[in-house]
Amino acid sequence: MASGDGNPTINDRVINQPQDGLFDVSLIVNGVTRTAWVPARRLLSDCLRHDLRLTGTHVGCEHGVCGACTVLLDGVAVRSCLMLAVTADGARITTVEGLTRPDGTLSPVQQAFADCHGLQCGFCTPGFLTAITAALEENPEPSPEEAREIIGGNLCRCTGYQNIVKAVLRAAELRAAPDQVDTS
Amino acid sequence: MTSMFGEPIARLEDDRLLRGNGAYLDDLGHDALAAAFVRSPHAHARVVDIDVSAALDVAGLVAVYTYEDLPGRLAEPLPQLIPHPALTHGRTGYPLAAGEVNYVGEPVVMVVAQDRYLAEDAAERIVVDYEPLPAVVGVDAARAADYLVHADVPGNVAGHLVQSNGDAAVAIEAAQHVLELDLYVERSASTPLEGRGVLARWDTESRRLLIWTSTQTSTGVRAAVATKLDLALSDVDVITPDVGGGFGVKIVHPWPEEVLVPWAARRLGRPVKYTEDRIEHFVASAHERGQRHQVKVGFDDEGRVLGLDVRFWHDNGAYIPYGLIVPIITSTQLLGPYKPGAYRVEFSSLYTNTVIVTPYRGAGRPQGVFVMERTMDAIAAALRLDRAAVRERNFIRPEEMPYDHGLIFQDGRPLIYDSGDYPASLAKLKALVGWDEFEAERAAARDEGRRLGIGLACYVEGTGVGPYEGAHVVVETSGKVKVATGLTSQGQGHQTVFAQIVADELGVPIGDVEVVTGDTRAFGYAVGTFASRAAVMSGSAVALAARAARAKAIRVAAAALEASPDDLEIADGIVRIKGDPESGIAIGTVAVLSNPLRYAFDEAAKAATQFAGGDINAPPVAEGDEPGIEGREFFSPLRSTFASGMHAVVVETDPLTAEIKIVRYCVVHDCGTLINPRIVEGQIHGGVAQGVGGALYERMEYDETGQLQNASFMDFLMPYVSEVPAGIEIDHLETPSPLNPLGIKGAGEAGVIPGAAVFAAAIEDAEGIPVTSMPISPSELFSLREAAWQPGEAGGEPGENGGHGQ
Repeated sequence: MASGDGNPTINDRVINQPQDGLFDVSLIVNGVTRTAWVPARRLLSDCLRHDLRLTGTHVGCEHGVCGACTVLLDGVAVRSCLMLAVTADGARITTVEGLTRPDGTLSPVQQAFADCHGLQCGFCTPGFLTAITAALEENPEPSPEEAREIIGGNLCRCTGYQNIVKAVLRAAELRAAPDQVDTS
Repeated sequence: MTSMFGEPIARLEDDRLLRGNGAYLDDLGHDALAAAFVRSPHAHARVVDIDVSAALDVAGLVAVYTYEDLPGRLAEPLPQLIPHPALTHGRTGYPLAAGEVNYVGEPVVMVVAQDRYLAEDAAERIVVDYEPLPAVVGVDAARAADYLVHADVPGNVAGHLVQSNGDAAVAIEAAQHVLELDLYVERSASTPLEGRGVLARWDTESRRLLIWTSTQTSTGVRAAVATKLDLALSDVDVITPDVGGGFGVKIVHPWPEEVLVPWAARRLGRPVKYTEDRIEHFVASAHERGQRHQVKVGFDDEGRVLGLDVRFWHDNGAYIPYGLIVPIITSTQLLGPYKPGAYRVEFSSLYTNTVIVTPYRGAGRPQGVFVMERTMDAIAAALRLDRAAVRERNFIRPEEMPYDHGLIFQDGRPLIYDSGDYPASLAKLKALVGWDEFEAERAAARDEGRRLGIGLACYVEGTGVGPYEGAHVVVETSGKVKVATGLTSQGQGHQTVFAQIVADELGVPIGDVEVVTGDTRAFGYAVGTFASRAAVMSGSAVALAARAARAKAIRVAAAALEASPDDLEIADGIVRIKGDPESGIAIGTVAVLSNPLRYAFDEAAKAATQFAGGDINAPPVAEGDEPGIEGREFFSPLRSTFASGMHAVVVETDPLTAEIKIVRYCVVHDCGTLINPRIVEGQIHGGVAQGVGGALYERMEYDETGQLQNASFMDFLMPYVSEVPAGIEIDHLETPSPLNPLGIKGAGEAGVIPGAAVFAAAIEDAEGIPVTSMPISPSELFSLREAAWQPGEAGGEPGENGGHGQ
């Protein structure tokens, strides 16, 4: 997983000259190099969703408050609605679609949400999954209080957060279990 | 086989949602044109002129539409969905403003372009000339009626209704004690994480319209759009994709965008999509809650209510497409688990120049419960009685069920509670929260300089309102079972709970059951998802349809096995002779046997062709019979079921800053039998969080000109995890409903209903200052303290100066 290598590198290359007002943007999304021609103002969230058709990343407010659009940019959780696609050129991005293990099974965080009934409508869920994935890299054994802090920047209207907090703790257990070692 | 009903199994819908494979509205239609809207910046104005010329040279612009472009019925006002004799002055908006705007956010011009960015570019360049008119903002301004929202609606009154049972004035006059209260609840809103959205595709070859919309009623949208576009119902289909939350706002239909987008798609011959953004959701969808109440109550020395008179004023916003449902619910559900003695309620529903008001989870109940529970607390305070004891004395007793309040409920039927055990619920709640031990806890905290308060609130919720829902169950030859019901899902776990019901009723593994909801192609008759009705209505219909399919499977298998149907059972997908696991036929094979085909396209079909055997003296399909193992049934109950519950909260208020912290939150909940306890608890959790929001944080900050000042997630304080209780303690009581085959009552709205009431009670208890208006912020609490402070007093010591002790 892109989030797991601990060696973030942003490729600071010069952005190509625009053609017809469009810029050539290259992103390494979930381990695959993807390119798109986008206007300078194209949000990263829109580029992922509508140009690359990775619609797992959701947009709930378009002003950086709800966290539904959170993706990992070189391993760091960022709000893709607050970033222009051109500024992410060359970056390695993990979206919710990239959290699943190579063998197709759910990642510990995804599995924990299923185990704990951590989602209802599922719209905010991708942002929680990516944010928690990044946070557990930093802090693999969160306390219940730290679990609440980890999800403190994401809005959910369905669950009252109760089972999401449980899912954070469950995900930490699943990551630590010998038979659940991360394959990255 | 283990019974699935009642098991807290993990949800079947989660896997694809967790992988990012959900399909919400804006995830669809990548090839569609995008619509954007020019919306009114004024709360009340005449539209003098619209100049679109500057937009025309925006590259990628496809079309611009104003009211003048709308043909036929599209140019008429949007439907009055729920007429009522008391709704004497119902007014609805037009899809695009017809010369006048009545709230900030009202759509005036529709722009269609190659993508949303370009559509907004064009929209920005359109110049609308307005002549501003005085705006009516808030309940009090609407009542004063110095200005009118609609020139032809006197006093701004859309509707006025009085209901009574007995003579409340006489009863109050005769009572030993009388109290009067003035109470107020502010606006909030459903605020799902996904806003509204609609995608439409006109198939130029089949000449049919296909609509995807983020709705709580696909059948309602279908009928409304067909009517507006003058199409046959059979030429329109509506699919509900994954929906990112509803909470009431998406039951309203058709939204202006919901008729305009399909119209444009048909007119342009190209798919068109509209996705609402967050600010649009704040200013152009719907709000709820805003009401002002005046209560007069007469009671005896024991705290028993003898007469109750409630007058209230309901802010219905600029238009009233959803009718008087919310205030009718408030006026009836206010009674909660209590016998009010004589009761009279009178309300006026008032127009204001603000966003329309339609049901938000709870739908008028949170206000009603706030009013009744504040009244109970006031009675207890006046008599210096335990607040729980006063409630207990006013409860309807279990032996009085079914209990007839002598009023008419929102469904137009008598308000008769079907079942419930309120004393048992209260006993559970008192034990759960430690009610009787609280004074010691308060004293210990006080010794540490901490100020605690406790409150409780009770509610009864009419759930599962009619008129009907239906379901179709079909057993495929593979043994898979396809289930369809017309109502929609917004995260309630319908796929899981309906599959649980079918697995049990039919006797098949749950993994073989697949449920489709809200797709008019799969099931065309439905009402919608609201009023905590999905489990009761569609759950019951699904059970009945599965039973019908089971009976057919048994009948077909009995003929094949030459056994009596009475001797057969279905378990693990095998139809077999009871007690003889070796005797059976797989249910998929039974489906093959039930369908005498002419053409053998696979092995299963080969076994079923009409040439394969059978009685040559009888038709292959018997008279009155039909091929297939299917069930199609409808459920239409006599009346609503009545779920109930009680919440208690312990709060700590900071003596200096007036910050309000939640120490403990407890819920006792009775929704009849539970299909899936885990899902029910999830519903409660979410409801409680919305209750916290409505009690402590959420409000719609309109200024006097009708501008919504906090129309963003930065400024509208929807709870994050940091605002909700760290734990919600839940205890269940199960009093099955006699009104449906499964004994269930609805659970969707319950968690939010007593929120404002329970926090008001706890804060009042902590502070010794009456709390009469919700939500309450630390600043407001601080102001209440200042107002209550009198020279020479030490300040509100809880339980001492207000008679709020227990």
